[in-house]
Amino acid sequence: MNLTLKVWRQKDANSSGKMVSYKAENISPDMSFLEMLDVVNESLIHKGDEPIHFDHDCREGICGMCSLYINGRPHGPKRAITTCQLHMRSFHDGETITIEPWRAAAFPVIKDLAVDRSAFDRIQQAGGYVSVNTGGVPDANIIPIPKVIADEAFNSATCIGCGACVAACKNASAMLFVSAKVSQLGMLPQGQPERWSRVQSMVAQMDEEGFGNCTNTGACEAECPKEITLTNISRMNNDFFSAKLFREEKVHDHSGGGE
Amino acid sequence: MSLDAKIPQGPLAEKWSKHKFNLKLVNPANKRKYDVIVVGTGLAGASAAASLAELGYNVKAFCFQDSPRRAHSIAAQGGINAAKNYQNDGDSVYRLFYDTIKGGDYRAREGNVYRLAEVSVNIIDQCVAQGVPFAREYGGLLDNRSFGGSQVSRTFYARGQTGQQLLLGAYSALNRQIHKGKVKMYTRSEMLDVVTIDGHAKGIITRNLVTGEIDTHSGHAVLLCTGGYGNVFYLSTNAIGSNVTAAWRAHKRGAFFANPCYTQIHPTCIPVSGDHQSKLTLMSESLRNDGRVWAPKTVEVAAKLRKKELTADQVKEEDRDYFLERKYPSFGNLVPRDVASRNAKEMADEGRGVGTSGFAVFLDFADAIKRLGQEAVAAKYGNLFDMYYQITNEDPYKQPMRIYPAVHYTMGGLWVDYNLSTNVPGLYALGECNFSDHGANRLGASALMQGLSDGYFVIPYTLGDYLATIGPKPVDANHPAFAQTKKDVTDRIAKLLALKGTKTVNEYHRDLGHIMWEYCGMARTEEGLTKAKGMIQALRADFWKNAIVIGANEEVNASLERAGRVADFLELGELMVDDAQMRKESCGGHFRLESQTEEGEALRNDDVFAFVGAWEYKGDNQPEELHKETLEFEFVHLTQRSYK
Ligand SMILES: Cc1cc2nc3c(=O)[nH]c(=O)nc-3n(C[C@H](O)[C@H](O)[C@H](O)COP(=O)(O)OP(=O)(O)OC[C@H]3O[C@@H](n4cnc5c(N)ncnc54)[C@H](O)[C@@H]3O)c2cc1C
Ligand code: SF4
Ligand code: FES
Repeated sequence: MNLTLKVWRQKDANSSGKMVSYKAENISPDMSFLEMLDVVNESLIHKGDEPIHFDHDCREGICGMCSLYINGRPHGPKRAITTCQLHMRSFHDGETITIEPWRAAAFPVIKDLAVDRSAFDRIQQAGGYVSVNTGGVPDANIIPIPKVIADEAFNSATCIGCGACVAACKNASAMLFVSAKVSQLGMLPQGQPERWSRVQSMVAQMDEEGFGNCTNTGACEAECPKEITLTNISRMNNDFFSAKLFREEKVHDHSGGGE
Repeated sequence: MSLDAKIPQGPLAEKWSKHKFNLKLVNPANKRKYDVIVVGTGLAGASAAASLAELGYNVKAFCFQDSPRRAHSIAAQGGINAAKNYQNDGDSVYRLFYDTIKGGDYRAREGNVYRLAEVSVNIIDQCVAQGVPFAREYGGLLDNRSFGGSQVSRTFYARGQTGQQLLLGAYSALNRQIHKGKVKMYTRSEMLDVVTIDGHAKGIITRNLVTGEIDTHSGHAVLLCTGGYGNVFYLSTNAIGSNVTAAWRAHKRGAFFANPCYTQIHPTCIPVSGDHQSKLTLMSESLRNDGRVWAPKTVEVAAKLRKKELTADQVKEEDRDYFLERKYPSFGNLVPRDVASRNAKEMADEGRGVGTSGFAVFLDFADAIKRLGQEAVAAKYGNLFDMYYQITNEDPYKQPMRIYPAVHYTMGGLWVDYNLSTNVPGLYALGECNFSDHGANRLGASALMQGLSDGYFVIPYTLGDYLATIGPKPVDANHPAFAQTKKDVTDRIAKLLALKGTKTVNEYHRDLGHIMWEYCGMARTEEGLTKAKGMIQALRADFWKNAIVIGANEEVNASLERAGRVADFLELGELMVDDAQMRKESCGGHFRLESQTEEGEALRNDDVFAFVGAWEYKGDNQPEELHKETLEFEFVHLTQRSYK
């Protein structure tokens, strides 16, 4: 296959960027999308030009490191996969493909197609855990958990933190991502003691990072490579209002460092 | 230099508890006076960093990805072992210990392995308490599956994403400590050297992968949790970024590198499809619970399959050879990985391989689907089947999977004693980057167990002993060793950036991979290894003349990152070859054609080779010096492994 790529090139966070065209030649349909970019990069390097920078690591759809906005869609045209799982057989010979980074105020571009998603980590740090120390925990089988609950919590837990939901949303909202963790822990018995404080801390941090509001358009669900559902957002909203309106418990104070 | 593994005396079952009692403690008020550096935040590093911070130490943690959640551990699929005996099928700590020692072909330490089996049960408790959603049965209790090399069901799992769920658990514990200010996390940071003062590790040098800044960090101890080096083969199931640099730099600062040639080739991976391939994808070993491995009985049928004149489902039952079931009736498809891989290779070598290249055998689910129904099979393995379909465009519910062995895991690594300390005081190695516990072959679902055992349950005790010994006096960050090591790092970067030759770093890496796979892969010979050594030396010399490295230091520069890592692989590759050549026996994943039984199984030579081979760096392009740690077996009897 021979393709034309229109790629966003941007030196760093402080420079402005632009679209640049490249030819991708002799591409096999069995290549993954990232392997196609590898081929283009190899030829750029041979010419002494800077290769196109993009984030990636596992290349099997689990680490959440790859991104790319391909022809106007996060992770490209196919449902429920990441960019690294996309193969060139999903495109046709002669096609022009545009490749851009995630666009969101909370995800500034670092270089070319790579963005800074550390806001996601900070949201998790604000409360995405059960406060247990190592050791001194009960036997794993002490609390039976109904299989349906365990399975549903698992579904929420499969979020890979890629940020496609934010990239897909016209408001750049992070609700799907945040609600996945809130739901997982909110459904499990282990998560109950901190259920109300957790949702408040995580939502507060999400707002602080500058993500937009949710207006229920559902683009996030449609583009999520792990098929995280909007139900998670409803669950989080319920917990959030419940925590705010009916329960007095305050967000716990983790400040102060050492103990 | 003598190698003291510091294994406690006494009965196997009491070694660890006695040892813990004898270790010095740091009093709670003093813990905050110590700084601990943790490089790598995969399972081993995240669990260590969180646990040490909970105890009160100040932790600085580093990873090269943009978030600790993306460490390569995230990709582990199948499961984690623990001797819980929830299935009442006769499991015990001793049995897990025994299976692991035997699976490792008697090349691991008894004391270490017993401890691993002992704490395995605590790991499951810990993860469940964190909210890790392991698979459950309808009664609400935890489910188990079987894995290779064992006849009990002791593997805990979370669909095909066990590593992801365990890592997210450890990541959440780490996040809690970051939020409390007890862990300072440095992402997109690559450690490029270790700083030693008077023979003790006192800090590291890192490069900020966004700005290019070279920073120095001091601490009372340095823990390397930087994963395995399988990517020396270029193609492997590891993440693209996995590399040996941290461990190799430590090696060049004095830490011994043990058993580098022990590599695990995993039997069930998606076969190579072409030159463009950047990595190989594992199909979890758990598939061998229900999938049956076969190859055509005759070369003729195989040829027809390769030419697509025949599809797999059209091959008659009597024309199929379920070779693992035939040769190993008691373990069947669940023989350990090294055995399964060698047998698949044998099929390909005999001309009975399938797929266009002939380097594949079948993993067939037709019987399982008949027995359990497609839905039940999908519930167990759905995501793996989807992954297979995405990559190959073939539907494994209709046609058997094509699989072939691929490099997967490295049992070798930095030499550590029972306390996980390298021979450089203050420098520790945890998880896949150390050499301990798995001998010459790792059993499935045991790496996650080892990483979390090291991080949650071993290092919090053993590190305290060292810290109590050296005392809380602050490390002098102005000591000239920091500036000197930083200079060494910047000089090397400058040298790399000056390379403006004609061949890309990726091309060198691929060439190295070919050499390693051909001569230091599934079958090794004296002659092949000698040849490989020369080839690697020539390739390395050529790299430093003719490689192309683009750009500058003060920017995001993947070309430079890659060059540094490949340069280290080019040195490691030669040591692996030396090690393989030195070990004139076969054991586990190390198969010397000259040393096999009549039936073609690995033939050990316990009289000569029952030792850990730990190599000492002696200067660039100098032969390394071998140190031997004799393996004493007090409790198990060494036998020829049999899975028949
Ligand atoms: C596809 C696949 C499936 C697997 N499935 C299983 C399974 O089912 N069960 C099982 O038990 N095992 C499995 N394994 C093996 C297991 O996943 C690994 O051995 C284990 O996760 C390694 O964990 P780790 O913490 O030692 O290292 P990793 O998870 O590799 O983490 C390494 C860390 O070090 C950091 N790092 C590395 N170098 C540097 C540097 N120079 N500077 C800064 N940071 C650095 C990285 O950023 C990362 O944070 C599997 C492996 C693969 C490849
Ligand atoms: S919710 Fe989906 S799209 Fe959003 S970060 Fe998680 S996996 Fe990615
Ligand atoms: S590279 Fe890991 S999900 Fe794509």
